[in-house]
Amino acid sequence: MTEHEHPEHEEHIVSPGLYLTIILTLMVLTAATVLAAYVALGQFNIVVALTIATVKATLVVLFFMHAKYQPKRTQLVIIAGIFWLGLLLFMTMADYVSRIDYRGIRFPFS
Amino acid sequence: MHRTGELYGQFKTLEQQKDTATLGMWIFLVTEVMFFGGIMLAYTLNRHVYFAAFSMGSNTLSLKLGAFNTIVLLASSFTMAMAVWSSQTGKKNLITMFLALTLLLGFVFFGVKYVEYTQKFHHHLVPGKSFDIFYCSKNPAKCQDISEADMKVENEELEKASAADPDLNAHAQLYYSAYFGMTGLHALHMVIGAGLLLWLLKNSLAGAYTPRWNTPVDMVGLYWHFVDIVWIYLFPLLYLIDRHK
Repeated sequence: MTEHEHPEHEEHIVSPGLYLTIILTLMVLTAATVLAAYVALGQFNIVVALTIATVKATLVVLFFMHAKYQPKRTQLVIIAGIFWLGLLLFMTMADYVSRIDYRGIRFPFS
Repeated sequence: MHRTGELYGQFKTLEQQKDTATLGMWIFLVTEVMFFGGIMLAYTLNRHVYFAAFSMGSNTLSLKLGAFNTIVLLASSFTMAMAVWSSQTGKKNLITMFLALTLLLGFVFFGVKYVEYTQKFHHHLVPGKSFDIFYCSKNPAKCQDISEADMKVENEELEKASAADPDLNAHAQLYYSAYFGMTGLHALHMVIGAGLLLWLLKNSLAGAYTPRWNTPVDMVGLYWHFVDIVWIYLFPLLYLIDRHK
């Protein structure tokens, strides 16, 4: 038997039950984010909204996109991508919030 | 084009071949993350600077339609995941059914987006010469799709926002440019996704996908889920800025 006749393709198959659990969790989180938006938390509303969004995105990546069952090399690419996005966001925001213009006025200038 | 799960010379096993395709797809998706990430960063900065105008703009969006579309898109991700499962377990009729359901939910999303965009055109909220955030408060007769109670709240908010920002109209226009830019790019990705789904449907009707070879279903699935993730972020960023009053 040559290798390409190998009948078993060792792929992890996620069960429909797990998909169902994930989608229900995502729906509950969507309801939670809408409800949380109506609670006055000041600056923290956006933090709560983005935290819930990140939990939802993580569930989609891990289970719907099977990242949990991928080889480490693929997972590394995903983590590197998120890290790079973090650099983009963090460095740019750090620059803006610490910037003072020629009149000595702090960002946001107006 | 290999359709039957033939093993290419550079790979040892079909599993390795599939892992390689998946790795390539993820590298592409990471470039998409950077693409949308840059736009969301630009949005975040402007929202920080012109908070009153962005919050005003956000409150003119329909939360009901936005939340409904979020649910539709999440459901379409579920049906897409089920299409992948059907192809992995060799259920040929189910693959076609779940792909068709995914496409259908995609069209429901477009339908709702069409309603939302149309409303923005009627309310003079599309960036350009006739953009006017005060249009509905000046011409309530032409905005009868907004309920009286909502109109009252909107007028109060407009008053507060104009006090906070003397150039409210210009900055609200900036919010709407971001809104149309971001949702438009997202919708463009959905259109591409819908095209890919049609292609998968055609092949799946011909019985092309089997447990041995279902790479296209899996890869389009990854793309579709990614587009869903973009919306998972767009929804709170655009619709939920400052709902609490």
